[in-house]
Amino acid sequence: MPNLLAKRRLVRWSGAAGASLATLTVLAGNVLAATAEHAPDAAHGGEHAAGGLPQLNPATFPTQIFWLALTFITLYYLLSKKALPRVAEVLEERQERISRDLSKAASLKEEAEAAMAQVDQSLAGARSEAQALIAQVAAEIDANNHARQAQLNAENAERLRSAEANIAAAKEQAIANVRSISADIARDVAGRLAGLNVDAAQADAAVAAVIEERRS
Amino acid sequence: MDPLHQFQINPILQIVIAGYDVSFTNSAFFMVVAVALIYALLVFGMSGRALVPGRLQSLAEIFYEFVANMVRDNAGHDARPYFPFVFAIFMFVLFGNLVGMIPFTFTFTSHIIVTFTLAATVFVFVTVLALMKHGLHFFSFFMPHGAPVALAPILIPIEVISYLMRPVSLSIRLFANMMAGHTMLKVFAGFTVMMISGLGAVGFLAGLVPLAINIALTGFEFLVAFLQAYVFSILTCLYIRDALELH
Repeated sequence: MPNLLAKRRLVRWSGAAGASLATLTVLAGNVLAATAEHAPDAAHGGEHAAGGLPQLNPATFPTQIFWLALTFITLYYLLSKKALPRVAEVLEERQERISRDLSKAASLKEEAEAAMAQVDQSLAGARSEAQALIAQVAAEIDANNHARQAQLNAENAERLRSAEANIAAAKEQAIANVRSISADIARDVAGRLAGLNVDAAQADAAVAAVIEERRS
Repeated sequence: MDPLHQFQINPILQIVIAGYDVSFTNSAFFMVVAVALIYALLVFGMSGRALVPGRLQSLAEIFYEFVANMVRDNAGHDARPYFPFVFAIFMFVLFGNLVGMIPFTFTFTSHIIVTFTLAATVFVFVTVLALMKHGLHFFSFFMPHGAPVALAPILIPIEVISYLMRPVSLSIRLFANMMAGHTMLKVFAGFTVMMISGLGAVGFLAGLVPLAINIALTGFEFLVAFLQAYVFSILTCLYIRDALELH
């Protein structure tokens, strides 16, 4: 314990310093007292003449010891029975109050943290729920779109197909019409120009042959 | 002009008990004043019992905690029951020293018989404590551990004498410091007065030098007043520790 050593050193130092100072000043005091001796201070001078230092006059020892004992015992009694327990009580009360407040604050903090964690948790839950909902809706819309598109495509294809069929039928019809008209015209032309009387079946066959030829 | 006049014991009320002169003197008066001040500080200071202390309560608590820490650090945890004793010693010496710093008061700690009685009280208390705690084993205190037995005839007298010198050094340290300081203050004040009365206007200027020294000394004296109370009580703590632990 270096602290203790330092204290002991301080004690020794102050003791030595005090003792040497005392010697010095007592000497100085005696010189002063000697110079002041001829001052008209008869009453005190008389007392001093006995021993010089009032501290060394044994006549004053009983009263000093008596009153020291009386006052010190009184002080010890008052301190140990009344004053010090009161101070200790106040200090303890404060210590207790502080530690109680601290523990209360700690528990409140814990509570707040728990509430915070709960809030965080429910927030995360709500967020994931919302995300799932969004994904679900998006998927639904996507599926809907796909279905609609497929349907439209099918419809369009159907329409195209029927239109093509119509066109083909109309073409077939038109060709048939053209064939019969052409046969009539051919019979007529042959009758008028060559005076040939071609019968309908012959003309029709001839026209059909030409059409077949052109088509290919 | 006599710098020792301030140490004169003057009776205020003549009292004689069983042939002894136990008059109520200026010294006794300031002992009573010191006790009253200490008790008033603690009782009035703590009367508010405030959670956040005011000035007076802070002062009372600082003294309490200062001495409590001193006892715990220097005398150990077992010394707790003796805290009021150390506290009483510290406060009594401190207030005796401080009250003495007020002009025209009397410094009862500047009398060897007072400091010696206090130191002897500590000595007897510590010795009785050690005897009660360790019985006859207490006397092993005078033979240091591990020292060769051959040295015992030299070591034991040295240890016994140093133990018996404790109250002497304890009392002379306090008495000498207080008396020296107060005498010095008076001597320098005397120089100023002598210069003024002897040299007139020149002396008035020259007298400022010892006055300035006196101002510095007054500050130093307050330090000594506190330091000596501290030293006295810390040594009491160390003696209590020795009594409880025997080295």
